Amino acid sequence: MLRVFKADLHVHTCLSPCGDLEMAPERIALEARRRDISILGICDHNTAENTPALLRAGERNGVSVLPGLEVTSQEEVHILALFDRVESALEMQKTVYDHLPGENDEDAFGPQVVVNDRGEVLGFNPRLLIGATTLPLGDVVRRIHELDGLAIAAHVDRESYSLIGQLGLIPDDLDLDALEVSPRTTLAEARSRYGNRFPLTTASDAHFLRDIGAAVTEFVLEDGTVPEIRLALEGRDGRRLGH
Amino acid sequence: MTVEEIARSLDLTVLSGGPRLSQPVAGGYASDLLSDVMANSREGDIWITLQTHQNIIAVAKLKNLSAVVLVNSRTPDPETLQKAEQEGIVLCRTADPAFVFSGRLYELLGRGKG
Repeated sequence: MLRVFKADLHVHTCLSPCGDLEMAPERIALEARRRDISILGICDHNTAENTPALLRAGERNGVSVLPGLEVTSQEEVHILALFDRVESALEMQKTVYDHLPGENDEDAFGPQVVVNDRGEVLGFNPRLLIGATTLPLGDVVRRIHELDGLAIAAHVDRESYSLIGQLGLIPDDLDLDALEVSPRTTLAEARSRYGNRFPLTTASDAHFLRDIGAAVTEFVLEDGTVPEIRLALEGRDGRRLGH
Repeated sequence: MTVEEIARSLDLTVLSGGPRLSQPVAGGYASDLLSDVMANSREGDIWITLQTHQNIIAVAKLKNLSAVVLVNSRTPDPETLQKAEQEGIVLCRTADPAFVFSGRLYELLGRGKG
């Protein structure tokens, strides 16, 4: 049966160097449930190592978790990669790690904490997750689609690290599934600014618990999976965006 | 001063040239945020950047810039070079980093002109 799903498709965890240490799996899932969010996209910078723990915490709290990454392209454009299966997210992570130079400096950028679903520390990721990959934007999007994921340009209304900020305009041949706008821009404003070429979503980009759900996208779906969201973005089979 | 004269004086490698090489240069603009270049560069400027995505050609055309200079010996993406040739945009390369190349160009163009 089709029903409305409230989704926050862009949430960080304590693994992102800029993510608050409170962003542990159970607390994120609880906060989502408290705000009636039924689909969470977990997208840490250039890594998916905390997504298995988030999936388990989401299951306990009745929240569908989509494992993902926020990939930084060579042009320093942020692209959300969202998948149904952890295995696909980890495949994407492998491609990213193969093209991600540098080591993290905790004093400069913050700690990168890998945790289990109870929030216990499993280790620290040593990579420069805040850095840029050497992957051109087009390659990032192609790789996401090879793995059956959704490729969404993150916070296009921001100047830094956004598709439009970095590249001025949306390349003609870029096969994105949607453009995401940040909570500072309404979907109506975004529509007038960015036109009808791509569907629009909005999400919190939360790095702190209090920001989860600061912006959400409503979808009319059968269930909270990537194929259903894809149908909704394309407006097919009765699936659609709620806005 | 024309793009061609500047290319010769500053040892630029011309990757894509054409008729615009004889165009006069008005000044220079250094930035890697394309949205900023669209907002603040001026017609006839030489644009100094490390971005190699094909959108640099679209922006150069839109703003009628005299040339795009890639710094640090950066290689353009294949589509970028192809687009530059198609659109007749001058695309050059220098081994200098942006700071050094900007300084050399500023000096060559004469203070106040840039």
